Formats: sequence, C-alpha cells, structure tokens
Amino acid sequence: MLYFVCLIVLPICGIYVQSLSEGWSAFWESIAEPLAWKAVMLTIKLAVIATLINMALGTMIGWVLIRYRFPGRTILNSLVDLPFALPTAVGGLLILLLLGPGSLVGGLAQAIGIQIVFHEPAIVVAMVFVTFPFVIRAIQPLLEELDKSEEEAAYTLGASKAKTFFQVILPTMAPGIASGAMLAFSRGLAEFGAVVLVAGNIPGKTLVASVFIFGEIESNNPQGAAAVSVLLLTLSFLILWIVSMIQSRRSGQ
Amino acid sequence: MSIRRLWIGLTYVVFGLLLIVPLIQIAVGAWSDGAQSFVDALLRPQSLHALMMTGIIVVVVTAINTLFGVMLALYLVRGTWLGGKIKRLLNSIVDLPFAVSPVIGGLMIVLLLGPNTIIGAFFEDIGFKVVYALPGMILATLFVTFPIMVREVMPVLQEIGSQQEEAASMMGAYPWYTFWMVTWPSIRFGVIYGVVLTVARSLGEFGAVLVVSGNIMNKTQTATTLVYQDVENFNVVAANGVALVLAAFSVGLLLLMEWAKKRKEVH
Repeated sequence: MLYFVCLIVLPICGIYVQSLSEGWSAFWESIAEPLAWKAVMLTIKLAVIATLINMALGTMIGWVLIRYRFPGRTILNSLVDLPFALPTAVGGLLILLLLGPGSLVGGLAQAIGIQIVFHEPAIVVAMVFVTFPFVIRAIQPLLEELDKSEEEAAYTLGASKAKTFFQVILPTMAPGIASGAMLAFSRGLAEFGAVVLVAGNIPGKTLVASVFIFGEIESNNPQGAAAVSVLLLTLSFLILWIVSMIQSRRSGQ
Repeated sequence: MSIRRLWIGLTYVVFGLLLIVPLIQIAVGAWSDGAQSFVDALLRPQSLHALMMTGIIVVVVTAINTLFGVMLALYLVRGTWLGGKIKRLLNSIVDLPFAVSPVIGGLMIVLLLGPNTIIGAFFEDIGFKVVYALPGMILATLFVTFPIMVREVMPVLQEIGSQQEEAASMMGAYPWYTFWMVTWPSIRFGVIYGVVLTVARSLGEFGAVLVVSGNIMNKTQTATTLVYQDVENFNVVAANGVALVLAAFSVGLLLLMEWAKKRKEVH
C-alpha cells in the first residue's frame, strides 16, 4: 500500500508543487509563453481530429467484426491490439518509412503538393495509429450484448436499414463510442514516442505539447516543463473523470 | 448483401493500410541492404547493450508489478479495513498513470529524485545513482505500467466473489493456503494476461525512459531509445533492424495475449 502511494501519488503531487514552487505568476508566465501555448493548442487540435477519425473508423470496424462472419475475421480481431503491443517508437518509425519522402505514398503526396512527414498530417496519422484500438474495444462488448431481436423487430415494423441503425443500434453503441473516444483523446494528448519521430518538431508549427515538455527538460528548464505538464495533466484527469462518470452511470442503469 | 461486402472490404482496407502494410514494410526495410547489414546493425555493441537493458527492465518491472498489482487488487476488492470512500478514491487513483503522458511521468521522477533534490542528493551520497541510471529507468517503467495488473485482476476477483474463500478460511485454512488453493486458480489467467500486457508495455516504453535515462549510449540506452537515436542520426537501416526485433516480440506477445484471453473466457 505504501508502495502504491510512493509510486503514484507522490510523483503527481510533486509535479503540481514544482510547477507552483515559484508562485502563480511564474506558472502563468510559463504557460502564457507563445511557444508553449501554441504547442498545447496544436496538440488539442490534432488530438481532436485524430479522435474524430478514430470514432468513424472504430465504429465501422467494431460493427463489422462483431456482426459479420467472413474469412480472416479472427485474425483481424487480434490485430486490433497491435498498436498497444507495438512500441510507440517503432510505430513512429513505421510511419516515417511508409509516408516519408523516399516512399511511394510520400512521393505521390509531394507531387500534388501535400507534405505529410514532418507536418501536421503525419502527427494525426501517428495519433490515429496509436489510439486505434480504444473505440473498437469500447463498443464491441456493447454490440455483443445488443439483442439481435431488437434490430429484427425494427425491421419487421417497417423501419429502413438506415433508420434502424440510427435509432436502435447507434444509441446502444453511443456510450462505448463516447468513452472510447475520450480515452483515445487523452492518449492522443499524451502521445510522445510515435509523434516525436514524425513531427519534425518545429517550434510553433509542429511541436506538440509532450515534445515541448521534453525539449524544456533537455534545455534544463524543469519549471517550464512542469507548468505545461500540469496543464496537460489536469486536462487528462478531467477526461478520465468524465469516462468513469459515463461508465458508472451505465452500470447503474 | 452488397452493403455487407462493402463494409467488410472497407475494414480490410483500413487494416491493410494502418496495420498490415507497415508490418511488412518494417520486415522488408530491415533486409533492404542485405542480410549482412541487418546482422551488423543488431550486433553493434550499443544494440546488444540496449537490448540487454530492455531485457533487464522488462524482467524486473514485470516481477515487481505482478506481485504488487495482485496484492493491491486483493486489498481493493477484499480488504475490509479500508472504508468504502477511501477504496473508491484509491480505485480512481490507480488509473492515473494511464492519463499521464510518459514524458511527464519521467519528468516527475527527475523532479523528485534528480541530483538536485533532497532525496536524490541523499541517494547520491551513499553512492546510489537513481536518475540517469538503471533504478530510475525501472521506476519510470513501473509507474507507467502500474495500472495494468490491477485492472486485469480486480474484475476477476469481483466476479468470483468471496464465498469460496470464506468457506476455506472457515474450515480452518490459513490465509496463505486459501490464496494458493482457492483464489489463485481462478485469477490465474487474468494474471497471465496482465503479465503479457505489462511485458509489452515495458518493452515498448519510450517517453518516460528517454527522460529519466538521459539516453547515454552503452550505459542507459534501451532498445526503443536506440531506435530513436538511430532515426535522428539518419541511420534508418540500423533503426529498422532493432525495430524489427521489437516488432517481432510484440507480435509474439499479441499471439500470447489472444491465447490468454481465450483461456480467461473459459474460466
């Protein structure tokens, strides 16, 4: 029990104390620094985009993997977890190799004037890759629980396929999509390994918050690093709290 | 039926683009300059050292986290000496490391135990280096992987209920005996699944370790931070070699995970 407190609680308190150790004004100055602010805003923006993409992809894949039986289904189902098992640095390297200037896709994109690697699209791809399993794993148990007869009843009563989907199936999946998306979002905010390799890390442009923190530590400015960390942490804690609210409400029903 | 075909096709496309093509790419990439350069990349002294460091960290972290994770899960589910409110609070604290960016996790340890702090200076005085050395890296990985085991074991404990354990202790079994004979067989596969996940996570841990270790070649460099350094030095083929080894491990772990999951469901 003591181990638990030392390992988890103490460090988190420590970082809050450190960020405020030189008073509120120093804390605000660190955060209000344009580069820090831009890094945080960029991270939030890209994480939102990545989460939206994952919500769409995850809903589709979760649905297909549960509802349809087709060759290769079990293999695909186990592959879902691959981004969790793969080291994030390896994930970043993969994206670099696949979309980099020397590759087929990278060359094609460059020809039509889109830059991927070392620009925002690559960061989004990295975040999507890393957070891929969350939404799928959150909605699968809900879909398994969903009684097929409800769906069939809707058809029998004359509802169209689209109407059944939006009025019967989607509401069942909604809590799963929401909590999966929240987790994916907070993971996207925190992502470092995959992003640092593909982002190029140009301050004010492609420098995300976690890489910014890393840079501050490297340049021996723990105060600034701690301030931005506290901002990110508070955001993540908020998300975690919302997720547990959603889950406890669902189990309460 | 054509709609069904469309969805299945789309699913295959997403998987192909996002997961399968990258895997093939890394396998091909490592061999692109011939087998010799792949072997060379792996047999560099820094690669061997980095892989060894990763190995040590994985073993130590998995052992400690399994032990304490199972213990904490037992406390949180069965412990009667904790009030309900404290239990709920602790329960939500367990998840915190998931919400903390690994870089921030590393920063916390540097801030608490770095050479400039009270605790850090104390350890330094007795000749025990924490930050920029192996103990700090193990601590960082412990922090990051902490919730995994607790989260795997707790639901199983809740599900099996405490009746059998109570029956055992009523019939005079010692707590230790009760644990091994009654509790352990039912949580076994949950624990195994947790171990596999912990191994995967500590194998791949990058952000926290990078901050804490200082990434000193042949000293505190792990496999993932070596990949990072190779990429930064534009030594992509070498990075690919090490990454392939890591990826192969991950795929192996994934297969183990599937197996453990199936066994878990049977129970």
